Amino acid sequence: MIHNTKTLLAGVAAAAFMVTGALADDLRINFDDLNPGPKKAFEDMVEMFKAENPEINVIVNINDREAHKTAIRNFLTADAPDITSWYPGNRMGPFVDAGLFEAVDDVWADAGFDEEMAAIKPTMTRDGKIWGVPYSYYQWGIYYRKDIFDLLKIAEPKTWAELMASCKVMNDNGVKPFTIGTKYLWTAAGVFDYINLRTNGYDVHNNLTAGKIKYTDDRIKQTFVNWKQMMDECGFVDNHASMSWQDALAPFANGDAAMYVMGNFAVGGMKDAGLTEEQIDYFQFPEITAGLPRAEEAPADAFFIPSNAKNKEDAKKFLAFVGRADVQTKMNAQIGQLPVNSKAEVSDNKFIQEGFATVSTAAGIAQFYDRDAPAAMAKAGMEGFQRFMLDPSSLDEILTELDRIQGEVYK
Amino acid sequence: MPATEFQASQISWMSRNKLVVMPWAFLIPALIFFAIYVVIPIFQSITLSFYEWNGLYDGDGNSTAIWVGFENYKRLWSDPKFWVSLKNNVLWLSLFMLAVPLGLFIALFLNQTVPGMRFYKSMFFFPFVISQVVVGLTFGWFYNPDFGVVGGLWKLAFCEETVNILGNVTFKCSRTPPDILSSSQYATYGIIAAGLWPQVAYCMILYLTGLNNVAVEQIEAGRLDGAKGWKMLWYLVLPQLRPATFIALVVTVIGALRSFDMIAVMTQGGPYGSTNVLSYYMFETAISEYGERYGYGSSIATVLFIIMLFFISYFLWRMYKDEKSVS
Repeated sequence: MIHNTKTLLAGVAAAAFMVTGALADDLRINFDDLNPGPKKAFEDMVEMFKAENPEINVIVNINDREAHKTAIRNFLTADAPDITSWYPGNRMGPFVDAGLFEAVDDVWADAGFDEEMAAIKPTMTRDGKIWGVPYSYYQWGIYYRKDIFDLLKIAEPKTWAELMASCKVMNDNGVKPFTIGTKYLWTAAGVFDYINLRTNGYDVHNNLTAGKIKYTDDRIKQTFVNWKQMMDECGFVDNHASMSWQDALAPFANGDAAMYVMGNFAVGGMKDAGLTEEQIDYFQFPEITAGLPRAEEAPADAFFIPSNAKNKEDAKKFLAFVGRADVQTKMNAQIGQLPVNSKAEVSDNKFIQEGFATVSTAAGIAQFYDRDAPAAMAKAGMEGFQRFMLDPSSLDEILTELDRIQGEVYK
Repeated sequence: MPATEFQASQISWMSRNKLVVMPWAFLIPALIFFAIYVVIPIFQSITLSFYEWNGLYDGDGNSTAIWVGFENYKRLWSDPKFWVSLKNNVLWLSLFMLAVPLGLFIALFLNQTVPGMRFYKSMFFFPFVISQVVVGLTFGWFYNPDFGVVGGLWKLAFCEETVNILGNVTFKCSRTPPDILSSSQYATYGIIAAGLWPQVAYCMILYLTGLNNVAVEQIEAGRLDGAKGWKMLWYLVLPQLRPATFIALVVTVIGALRSFDMIAVMTQGGPYGSTNVLSYYMFETAISEYGERYGYGSSIATVLFIIMLFFISYFLWRMYKDEKSVS
C-alpha cells in the first residue's frame, strides 16, 4: 500500500512539474535526422548524457532533415532550443552573422578540443571564433566494383595517368567507367571539388568558395581541362541529368558502370541494390598534381547553441560531452560514420577503416562545394557544373556567368 | 416607452437601408481575408523587393534586411536566368493557347448522343481531376530514356539486347535515346505538353456546358439556309459560345502564368535553369534551400505581378463592358 501511495505521489509530483513548464534544469535539443540508425545513435547518446548528469532534464525534439532546414530559420529567433544540430562551413554563416549562434571557444579550450579536433577547427571558425562542436563526418572518394576491376585485372589507380589507363581498359571491354546522377546537381559538385583539390589544392578550394579567386582564373580553368579529359577518356553514363544519385546506382549495380565518386553513405544504397561488401571497394581520388598535399572532402555534422537559448550552462556541458572521444566512438559506430575526435576509435567496417585512414591523414578537410560556398553561389556553380557535363563547349560562357554572380554574392 | 421607440427606429433604419447594408455584411468576411492573404502581401512583397534580406531576424527579433533601392531590379536586368524565365513564360503563354481550340474540338466531338457517352466524357475530363503533381510525375516517367515509354520505344527501334562483362542483361544502342527533360532545348516543350493535357480537359468541359445552351432553332434555321461544316461552326455555333471562349481564355492565361507545380515535379527548373519560369525562379531564389535571397525573389514576384495585372485588368475591363452592354 505504502509503495502504491509513493508512486501515486511521485506521479502527482511529476504532473505538477509538467504543469509548471520548463524548469531551469531543462535542456532542449533539436536534432535533425529521423533515419533509424542516426536517430537511435542520438537517443542512446542522450541516455548516456542523462546517466552522467541526472539533475538535467533533457527534452529531445527530432525532426526530418529537410523540415529542420526550414524550421531552424524560425525557431532560432522565435523559440530557441538550448542545442540544435546544424552544419559547419558557410552553412552556419548566415546564422553567425545574424548573431543567432553562441560562440563556444571556452568549451573547446576547457575540453581540449583544440588539439583533439584540430583538423576540423578552421571549418567551425568564423570571424575568429568557434561556433559549435562536430559529432560526425564521412569520407568521399571513389567507390568501385571490385569484381569488375579483378576481372579486368585493374589495380586501384593512384595517379591521374593510372586512372586514365584503367578507364581505357574498361571502355575497351564495354564498361562505362563512371556512373553519376546530376539531376539534383550536388553530385557534380563532388567531382568538381575533387578534381579541383587534386589539381590546385586546399587553399585554392577555400579561396574559390570564399570568393577570393575568380572562376575564369587559369587554375580553375585547368580544373575544367582535367574534368574534360576525364569525360573524354573515362566517360560518365548517358542521361545522367535525368537521374538522382540513387537512380545512378542502377548501372553500377548491373555492372554497366564500374566507379562512382560519392560519399560513404552510398555504401548503404549499393548494398540495398543487391551488392555485397566483397563486390564493392573504395580508393582515394587519385593524385593529379604530383606532390600536392592531399586534401579530402568530409562534410561534418555539428551541434550549436542558439544565442536565445535559456540554459546555456548545461548546453555547454552537453557540447563538451558530445565532443568527447568515447562518446564519439560509440555514436559513430552506430551511425556508420567517422568520429571527428582524433582520439576516438573507429569500427572495424572496411569502408570506415579506409575512410578514417584517408581523412585523418589529410592535409585539409573541405566540407563540400555547397557548404563552403554561400547558397546563391553554390546553386549557380552547381548548375554550371551540370551544364559543363552536358555541353563542355559552353565552358567560357559558364565561367563568365559565374564570375558575374560571384561579384553579386560576395561583398 | 423609450426603449421600444429606440428599437422601432433601429428596425426601420435597418429596413430602410437593407439593400445597402446587407451586401457589405456578406462581403466583409471575404474582404478581410482577401486583404490579409492577397492585398497586404502584395504590398509587403513590393516593399521587400527594395531590400536585400536573407530571411533571418537577429536574436532580438529585428529583421536583418538592408535597403538597396532599385539594386535588385538592376540585377534582374543583367541576369540571364531572369530572361530565360521570362522567355519561357512567353512560350508557356503562347503554346498554352492551343488548349482552347483543342478543347473546343474535343467538346464538339463528344457532343453527340451515343450510348456510353457519359463514360467517354468523364475519361476526357479525367486529367483535370487528378493533381498536377501526379500529371507531372506520370509524364516524367513517360519521357524517361531508361524505363519510360519514350525509352522503351527507342530501345525497340535502335537498341539490341546484349550481356555485359558480368553477364547481366544490358542494351547497346546505335543512337543514344532522347533525354527530353534533360535537354535545355526540349525540356520546356516537354513540360508544356504535360501541362496542356489537363488544360485541354478544362477547356473541353467549359465548351461542353456551352454547347448545351446553343439554341437549336438557330441551328435548324441555319441548316435550312444551307449552312454546314465549317460555316455552321464559324457563323452559328462559335458566336453562341463566346462566353465559354472568354472564360477558357482567362483560365488558360492564368494557368500558363502560374505554371509552377509541373516544373517543380518534372525538372526543378533544370537542366541548369533552362526550364525556369518566373514563378519557379522566384521560389528558387527566395525560399528554396539554395535561395535565401528574399529581396531578389520579391523583385521577380513584382515583375510577375505586373504582367499578371496587365492581363487581369484587360479581362476585368472586358467583363465590365459586356455587363454594361447587356444592361
